[in-house]
Amino acid sequence: MTTVLTEDSFTQTSAQPGAGLWMDPAEVTAATGWTLKPEGLCKGDICVPVPAGQEAEFVADGSVNLGMFWTHMGKTATASAAGDVWFLGEGAQTRNNALLSLQAPDFTLPDFDGKLHSLSDFRRQRVLLITWASW
Amino acid sequence: MFESVAAEDFMIISVAMDADIEAARPWVTEAAPSYVTLIDQHHLLSSLYNMVNVPQAVWIDEQGQMVRPVESGGSIDILREFDFEAGGFKPEAQARAGAAKAAYTEAVKDWAMHGANSKFVFTPEQARAHVSATSDDVMLAHAKFQLGQYLAAAGRTEEAEALFAECRVLHPDSWNIFRQTTEKTEIGIAAGEDFWNKVMALGDKQYYASVDMEGMP
Repeated sequence: MTTVLTEDSFTQTSAQPGAGLWMDPAEVTAATGWTLKPEGLCKGDICVPVPAGQEAEFVADGSVNLGMFWTHMGKTATASAAGDVWFLGEGAQTRNNALLSLQAPDFTLPDFDGKLHSLSDFRRQRVLLITWASW
Repeated sequence: MFESVAAEDFMIISVAMDADIEAARPWVTEAAPSYVTLIDQHHLLSSLYNMVNVPQAVWIDEQGQMVRPVESGGSIDILREFDFEAGGFKPEAQARAGAAKAAYTEAVKDWAMHGANSKFVFTPEQARAHVSATSDDVMLAHAKFQLGQYLAAAGRTEEAEALFAECRVLHPDSWNIFRQTTEKTEIGIAAGEDFWNKVMALGDKQYYASVDMEGMP
């Protein structure tokens, strides 16, 4: 079992823990929304082809090396020492482009009673987003 | 600070950047705020908005556009004016900090009342010029921090601590990462020797970046 975390999801997969993140394509889709197609790894209108000459490092025996794909796409992948928990994050270029668009990144977080709230729930209001901490 | 700001179509979302919800809860219970108060245990906002300290604020208009990107809210950098012998900030520093809070609160009120017509709203060009860029190392620090928080919650403390140490190296400008993961005093404040050593080593850098706003000291 390997746990795959993203900024907004938590997925238990059947992948073997290790240096790579070799996953069943259906589990890749469940964890990330990206789908393996003949043209590459796809989400919406975007398809990222497997780099020529490196096919065996990205797709083999019906499995996808999601860690390789993720970093190949300019995103951030990191794992626990045993490779049993992975975090798949966004890349700097995508994040910078998002910030420069000035569209406030949406998020969903709980209040202190556990109820979830999203920034987008407050559309049509001006919002002062302000952080603090006990420390 | 912002309790006095009230206007139709205006909301404050206050977010505690606390890995331990129980450390933050007493503050919320005591303040009993009328606005929305959320908890961000994995510091998601640090990653999404490129935040590095608390408090930091973002002004977001009715269409979800940032009209003032991340800034230090009403806080200014007076840390190095702490008088260790007296056990408090020097009076002139306290006065400047008070003036900054007051000026920022007035600006927020103005925006709450006047929206896009407030003189404190940036044009899109100005707003973009105030966005600070993130980097691959910073994004990796956020990823390792979030992974570390997961492992810490699962009881894998040593692994988590090793990741947090990497985070502090990858993103040395993040006080959010440093203060969350460094040693705390008995009352839970990250203001021990390591903290003050890091503050004193800032050199020309600021603990709170200056806020580009009319009326701010």
